[in-house]
Amino acid sequence: MAKLHFSLVAPERELFSAEVDQVDAPGAEGDFGVLPGHAPFMTTLREGRVTVRDGAKVRLFDIQGGFADVGPDGFTILAEHAVEAA
Amino acid sequence: MASLKEMRNRIASVKATQKITKAMQMVAAAKLRRSQDAAEAARPYARRLAAVIANLAAGVSGDGAPAMLAGTGRDDRHLIIVAAADRGLAGGFTSSIVRAAREKIDSLVREGKDVKIICIGKKSTAQLRRLYSDRIVENFDLSAYRQFTLTVAQPIADVVTQLYEAGDVDVVTLFYSRFKSVVQQIPTALQLIPATVDGGGAPAAAQGGAQAVYEYEPSEEAILETLLPRNLTVQILSALLDNMAGFYASQMTAMDNATRNAGDMIKRYTLEYNRSRQAQITKELIEIISGAEAV
Repeated sequence: MAKLHFSLVAPERELFSAEVDQVDAPGAEGDFGVLPGHAPFMTTLREGRVTVRDGAKVRLFDIQGGFADVGPDGFTILAEHAVEAA
Repeated sequence: MASLKEMRNRIASVKATQKITKAMQMVAAAKLRRSQDAAEAARPYARRLAAVIANLAAGVSGDGAPAMLAGTGRDDRHLIIVAAADRGLAGGFTSSIVRAAREKIDSLVREGKDVKIICIGKKSTAQLRRLYSDRIVENFDLSAYRQFTLTVAQPIADVVTQLYEAGDVDVVTLFYSRFKSVVQQIPTALQLIPATVDGGGAPAAAQGGAQAVYEYEPSEEAILETLLPRNLTVQILSALLDNMAGFYASQMTAMDNATRNAGDMIKRYTLEYNRSRQAQITKELIEIISGAEAV
């Protein structure tokens, strides 16, 4: 199955960049999930949790504001502030 | 001719100086590595943001474009931000940035434009205040920060945004030193407002036809409105990070030179010292021998 390239970038550094199955993110106008092959889409983000799923592995990040860009070459979150949640 | 004791003292003092410059060089080298990493780590964010804005800007041209992107349509009033070091002992680091800024400021003044200046860094403030004290609207001292993050860049961006939104300035240019390599830092002028959509503009437009249509949430304009101030902050931050890496590189080189110069000096003085010591010994021997012969 095709994979989705996801990267989570904070101003100080890149926190995550890899091929994954699914990413859920808190959009300004509602949470959304992105699967491989998602239509191009841009939105601002509110404070919340980003869930990254790859197979059985799940990683969680807490972000504060930012911006999401789903393009043909993957999904990028530019977060104002981001930390990996335990 | 200096006495032997004076010469000994001088050699000792140069040796002490050499120890200091050597230590400073090593500290700068260590800090350079750290700040270089920081500058590099911040790059993906700035690059992505620039790409996204370029993409958006290609779509929102014309009347709908926010003022920060489109500009005020005039270029009578300029704001020059000069970002340089807070500390000295780094060779010509600050001077080269200030020189580049001065050329720009002077040519703008000659053209009869209104120029305002924001200084970042104690050293650049000191150098510019002598020349343009009445033009400086704000200065920032960042020597208290050991690490540059968005919180450091934010107040600077806020002042710029305020000035721009109050309609006091038309064009904002940032002067900083681009960190190309350890031996090369290039004083660079970066236009912040109106935002330059550098490089990204053309390819994005070229892709435009083939590229799928983006969906925006909320509207394109609303996203741009929030992104442009962010971009301003991020650009200032990455300039600061570049500056910091460049500063330490420059300091390292300067201190390396100083250490070498001190080494040369010690060699020269030691030679001179040994020579005059030998001369004195010879003189004393002659005196003793001729005294013995006279008896």
